[in-house]
Amino acid sequence: MFLFQMIIPAFLVGGVICVIGQLLMDLTKPSFTPAHVLVTFVTGGAILGALGWYKPLIEIGGAGASVPLSGFGYSLAKGAMDAVSREGLMGALSGGVAATAVGIAAAVLFGYLVSIAFNPKG
Amino acid sequence: MDLKRVGNQTVAFTSPPVILASYSVVGPMEGRGPLGKTFDKVWQDNINGEKSWELAESKLLQEAMQGAVEQAGIPLSDVDYMLAGDLLNQIISSNFAARKLALPFIGLYGACSTMALGMAVGSMLIDGGFASHVLVGVSSHHDSAERQYRLPTEQGSQRSLSAQWTVTGAGSVLLGQSVTGPRITAATLGRVLDYGETDVGNMGAAMAPAVADTLLNHFQDLQRQPGDYSLIASGDLGMVGADLTKEVMLRSGMSLGSEYTDCGLMIYDKSQDVHAGASGCGCSAVVFAGNIMQRLKAGSLKRVLLVGSGALHSPISSLQGESVPGIGHAVVIEG
Amino acid sequence: MSQNMRPPTLKITPEEYKDLSTKLTPKPTVVKNCIWAFFVGGLICAIGQVIINLFVAGGLNPTQASTAATALLIFLGALLTGLGIYDEIGKYAGAGSVVPVTGFANSIVSPALEFKREGYVMGVGARLFTIAGPVLVYGIATSIVVGIIYYFLH
Repeated sequence: MFLFQMIIPAFLVGGVICVIGQLLMDLTKPSFTPAHVLVTFVTGGAILGALGWYKPLIEIGGAGASVPLSGFGYSLAKGAMDAVSREGLMGALSGGVAATAVGIAAAVLFGYLVSIAFNPKG
Repeated sequence: MDLKRVGNQTVAFTSPPVILASYSVVGPMEGRGPLGKTFDKVWQDNINGEKSWELAESKLLQEAMQGAVEQAGIPLSDVDYMLAGDLLNQIISSNFAARKLALPFIGLYGACSTMALGMAVGSMLIDGGFASHVLVGVSSHHDSAERQYRLPTEQGSQRSLSAQWTVTGAGSVLLGQSVTGPRITAATLGRVLDYGETDVGNMGAAMAPAVADTLLNHFQDLQRQPGDYSLIASGDLGMVGADLTKEVMLRSGMSLGSEYTDCGLMIYDKSQDVHAGASGCGCSAVVFAGNIMQRLKAGSLKRVLLVGSGALHSPISSLQGESVPGIGHAVVIEG
Repeated sequence: MSQNMRPPTLKITPEEYKDLSTKLTPKPTVVKNCIWAFFVGGLICAIGQVIINLFVAGGLNPTQASTAATALLIFLGALLTGLGIYDEIGKYAGAGSVVPVTGFANSIVSPALEFKREGYVMGVGARLFTIAGPVLVYGIATSIVVGIIYYFLH
């Protein structure tokens, strides 16, 4: 079944990445909020991507590595490096955002639509 | 002139003001809790048709204050001062309720200690001869407090085990002169103490030293012991804060026995998953206006010490890493 | 702590109080939290993988499929937030629902939803970026630095 290809590695790798996030939340000071976790993961993913350490994770875990926010960081860094290879220095500015434009635009669009359509439940 | 002041921080009233009426309004979750039946009014939902949670909170307060006046059977225009406070920026719940009631208004801020503070100041106004009727009320609302102090309510995150749940509710008392009814005989106003707690998920620990300090001074000022009270109820210390208060009192040479409890431990039961208990201005206010007042009137409580506890931080001070100052105000009510 | 307080004062120093408070404050249930985070986080990623597989079967190349899956997951995270379900999952899952991109969507929608009553510009518009803002700032800034370093190394 092609539909279920890679789902066990995705489950395991994704689960482990989330456990790292949980440890960050539980073992640090209480002022380390979910916002700090997200920023840490996106920055960490970008740095690991630049060092070439995140790509193997994507190859092993598929969505398990690309769905966590560290995967977004990896795409940003990879986009910037690829664009530098193609276009030179200006690529450093354009590449990250270009590679992740779909995600960013989807987040803004769906975020806006849902906020308009629903009311908070409390 | 004789001072009504006793010892360090306490005032003893020469003609103790009487609580003519009390009224409490709460949200649905509080209504489902163990004290559900003791409240005068339970809302069916958290917003009750208002445009925003802030306006809903103000409506809670307005209903509680009007309820107390109606129950006392006096016209609203007989009230000399309205004393109110809440947790929102610039105490807007109180300001907007005062806009509706249009009484001479004194806005108070003592965070969650405001009910006890209001009762103390109101009693001073009456005993001092400045007023014959003073209406005191406070409110809090879970959803308006969450978004001001913590995170959006729809954000998927975990609350820490020491975190408390802000009560949706408002309580009010009408103070005046009468021959019968529970009387406020003394009040001890607290000083602000800060023992360095920075975790906004652990308010009980931030407030416990201030409460213990107020208790210690109260007992010394009046030469009393904890056993002289049938109930000592702190405002909203929750599980962690109540344990800390007992321990700090013990180390300071005074032991609190079975007469001690915390309003934050009374409103919800275990199944309601609120972690360390209840908090918010409304917490001690609705417990007092409901449960405690009923027991005072029934005669099962003779002398009660209500110690409101407040955490005097703001979201900005917390982001800047400041620790949380605490305060405790105590009032003695005798049945 | 002021030195000129009238006695009686508490017989406990701030240092002693800190120790006492640490002792009496319940610790997070780390093991239980991690198990929840593992299963829910893993499950969300597995669902993501199924979506990628579907898009690949539909004719997209792996990179496109991954991008499209991300967009779909963002939509699902936003929708579940609007329906008031995501915060209930988050209570148990912790980082398991924060770290996946659905959690990013949740962090975008939840403040915007909550501040709708403050208007469409300063309410919804501004609050969409309460948490997404810092994420984009640090993510994009890091990628630019990475790109510049990469340029000078190659």
